[in-house]
Amino acid sequence: MNENLTVLAIILGIVHSGIRLATPYLYAAIGETFAQRSGVLNLGVEGVMLMGAFFGFFTVFQTGNPWLGLVAAAIIGLLMGLLMSVVSITFQAEQGISGIGLYMFGLGASSLLFKTMLGTVAGVDGFSELKFCFGGSFCLTDIPVLGDIFFSHSIMTYGAFALVPVSWWALNKTTWGLKIRAVGQNPEAVDSLGVSVTAVRYAAVSLGSALAGIGGASLSISLLGIFQENMTNGMGFIAVALVYFGSWRPKGVLLGALLFSAVNALQLWVQVLGLNIPSDVAVMLPYLLTIIALALPFRRSLQPAALTKPFARGEN
Amino acid sequence: MEKTRVNRQFFERLLDTLLPFLAVLAAFIIGAVILSLQGVNPWEAYKAMVVGAFGSKNGLADTLVKATPLLLVGLGIAIAFRGGVINIGAEGQLIVAAVLTTFVGLQLGDSLNSTLVIVISLIAGAVMGGLWAAIPGYLKAHLGVNEILSTIMMNQIAIQIGFYLLRGPMIDPAEVEAGTNIPHSARLPKAIDMPRFTDLAKSLGFTQSAKDLNLQGASKEIYGVLVEPTRLHSGLIFAIVMAILIYIFLWRTTIGYRIRAVGLNPHASRYAGINVKANMILSMTLSGVFAGLAGAVEILGLHHRMFEPLAVSAGYGFSGIVAALFGKLHPLGMIPSSILFGGLLVGGDKMQRAMQVPQVLIQAILGLVVLFVVSTDYFARKRQNRRVSVD
Repeated sequence: MNENLTVLAIILGIVHSGIRLATPYLYAAIGETFAQRSGVLNLGVEGVMLMGAFFGFFTVFQTGNPWLGLVAAAIIGLLMGLLMSVVSITFQAEQGISGIGLYMFGLGASSLLFKTMLGTVAGVDGFSELKFCFGGSFCLTDIPVLGDIFFSHSIMTYGAFALVPVSWWALNKTTWGLKIRAVGQNPEAVDSLGVSVTAVRYAAVSLGSALAGIGGASLSISLLGIFQENMTNGMGFIAVALVYFGSWRPKGVLLGALLFSAVNALQLWVQVLGLNIPSDVAVMLPYLLTIIALALPFRRSLQPAALTKPFARGEN
Repeated sequence: MEKTRVNRQFFERLLDTLLPFLAVLAAFIIGAVILSLQGVNPWEAYKAMVVGAFGSKNGLADTLVKATPLLLVGLGIAIAFRGGVINIGAEGQLIVAAVLTTFVGLQLGDSLNSTLVIVISLIAGAVMGGLWAAIPGYLKAHLGVNEILSTIMMNQIAIQIGFYLLRGPMIDPAEVEAGTNIPHSARLPKAIDMPRFTDLAKSLGFTQSAKDLNLQGASKEIYGVLVEPTRLHSGLIFAIVMAILIYIFLWRTTIGYRIRAVGLNPHASRYAGINVKANMILSMTLSGVFAGLAGAVEILGLHHRMFEPLAVSAGYGFSGIVAALFGKLHPLGMIPSSILFGGLLVGGDKMQRAMQVPQVLIQAILGLVVLFVVSTDYFARKRQNRRVSVD
């Protein structure tokens, strides 16, 4: 009996931290979905997240206002996205390499700024957990079991989940979304209709990058409340892989993000419970899972036809 | 008419050569702006960097020590690129190779002839690096898995495997005894250290120091690097020989030709009867072999034991990409390029000590160099297209 309760508590714990940990993945991967649907593989998400995490954290540290931190993270993400766009869209660079350059720059610059502008590890009070109380007495958090799992997160987590239907709507039900999809599928056709391929791709990459910046900030000002050098530790690359895993659809990305954060949560619990699995092996799990997920053959045909192919008028 | 054309071609070739330098210059200018904003005099900082990297015997020796893994990793990166695949996994390949090299070296110890043990350990590292890279190569060729993502994930897995082994089975027994449990292996027997330059010089009969010979200025420092005791080891010679061999392999053998053909145009290659998938796996594997050799050489020539995986790989998997790109993915061009970027890494360290500028500035500058170098390719490509359409 007692043992069953413990198992239940652990499972609930995993679900709860799974939902929490999905937050940064969702922002970054949904953002990357926009970029990839427009035909640009932005591999620099990891670097963008780190810059967003630092600028968000630094702004909250200075002003005490988490909303300003969010704006700062989005702006620096947008700027990083513009940098990526100039290199990969205007100068048509090999996207596999330009993304690695962006990552190296983001990693170096965020660490440099952290060391020179803050220097010590300090914490901030970012977004706190919402309470959902009505009439001052009844709180949704008080609902047994479910209350704790679903109603004890910060607004950033709810924002991340809300982003999924919003991005689906933007991609599938708006003219702008149609342009993004068309540019990723057949840029020549879009060009012949007088729509600027370059402009659509710039917008998609910059928006995606701004979301990645917010994703980084969700880690530093919401989930953890601290900044550390290289704190994303590969999350950005996993976010790029999640877009492949989710077949370039927001719904699929959501599924992937939940799966991955659950594995991550499981990994943390393995360490907390001191199970007889070496922690190094447990840490390996999400990365191993990513490779396996990428190797699954289903729905690869849904890949945008022009993904990673730069567009130059009259060259094809 | 003919003359202006020749002039123009000469000018364009000159521009092609200069563009990477302009890209590096631009990255440094942005670095200077960042430094000024932090209240540091960029001129002083860069001066400390150059003097630190090239201005003294020990600085120059350290620069060459760092150029060694950069060149080996860069050769691997170049092979992959030429074969049309991208290897971001050199970091992980280097780590698993360093682990196996250490393991083999410790097992064989001084039971055999020491040269033989060095060779066997090097081969073990090369094979391990190659196998680690063959996995993403196979996944790419047969299952269409994006190799950039899979190699990045393999890096993380390699780091964890390294940590696991160093905390468990491979930990230095002395650490366990002392109770400190620092995750590193025992030191390899001294007999299987790759010889340092000073050992080689001694065996060739150079026993006098620069002071004895009354040398001054640059010749004193250069003589010092070659003859006096520094950290510089024979891995550098090994790497340069490898660069020449790879040049011959890629441009003078049939297998090398096939690899390049697949990289240039997979469709035409398939039509010509070349097995594209097999060549993809081959170029990825070879790429890993060189990253593996870098790891093996770092262990046998410099560290003599395995410790924290990320401290051994030291970012060479990424800085090697920069060195390779700057060397235009040409094995011989990458020799000076590796020395330049080795100097940048050493100089960054010296700058941190002299000016309190964090070394991570170098990381940011390297990233910008990558972005600018791949951007400048655009101009070369554009000219090529024009030439084709004019002709």
